Amino acid sequence: MPGERVYPEDAAGSFPTPPLRITDSDGREITVDAFTGDADAEIDALVAMYDDFDPEDRAQGVPPVGESRIREWVASLLEQDGFDVVAWHGEEIAGHATLVPDDDATYELAIFVHQTYQGAGIGTELINALLGHAQASGAALVWLSVERWNRPAVALYEKVGFETASAESFEMEMAIRLNDDTG
Amino acid sequence: MKVLVGIGGADDSLVALEESVRRAVDTGDSLTVGVVANPESNRDPSALVDAATAALADAGLPTDVRELSGDPGSALVEVAESEDFDQIVLGGGKRSPMGKIKLGHIAEFVLLNSRTSVKLVRDDAG
Repeated sequence: MPGERVYPEDAAGSFPTPPLRITDSDGREITVDAFTGDADAEIDALVAMYDDFDPEDRAQGVPPVGESRIREWVASLLEQDGFDVVAWHGEEIAGHATLVPDDDATYELAIFVHQTYQGAGIGTELINALLGHAQASGAALVWLSVERWNRPAVALYEKVGFETASAESFEMEMAIRLNDDTG
Repeated sequence: MKVLVGIGGADDSLVALEESVRRAVDTGDSLTVGVVANPESNRDPSALVDAATAALADAGLPTDVRELSGDPGSALVEVAESEDFDQIVLGGGKRSPMGKIKLGHIAEFVLLNSRTSVKLVRDDAG
């Protein structure tokens, strides 16, 4: 059977829980915090980031293109019982990281950083905060898929502790174990 | 145009079949359905042959439906090349919980190995 995913045997170390306050490498004050989307203004800020997202940075068809499709996609992410964190720069959202549950009590991870804020260390903090948030809530297994030519992304995932889980396809899968108690 | 639709029973392959039938009715494409065994699908090949035959008959098209044995990707490529098909049509992949597209293994093989042009049908509702 192709595409079996292998998780690391050992649980990763402990990740910091949000909120995280950082100054990025361009001197911007950024707050990474858990995101529920309970307020319409927060949803609007997230949709605005994706609506202005560089099409070149899309991956495997996400985010979708066009405001109404983006709004539907964001709603579908938030209505599932997963975890979300965003990076705030004032009233503006600089990046978003999300864990979406799938059928097997595991979570799929994705992260998006707006082009204005890339290369400033925000992605690392978003992933750390997202994994810390999920780890503190008892989540155990997280996977992601990444196009294998996207070296900067793969390097970032390796840095936080993801390992290659399956590499037989155009895109590769990586996985991390956050807690020992399940899986 | 002479078109070979490959179906292995994954949902996206059935979308590809539907779309190809619609197009053949509109354009007069000559349509052949190749049923392959997809290890990623639970649907039974002989049931797929029956379903595809019925779909073609319902649309008033000739019912050229074949069950192909052996490795699914290479069987499709082989038929397309040996019988001078103009195009292979396959399902365009499924979406993860996140919404990311992932191509099936048969589609990946055919894309890389086929000399015949390949069309992937995407389910716009996905």
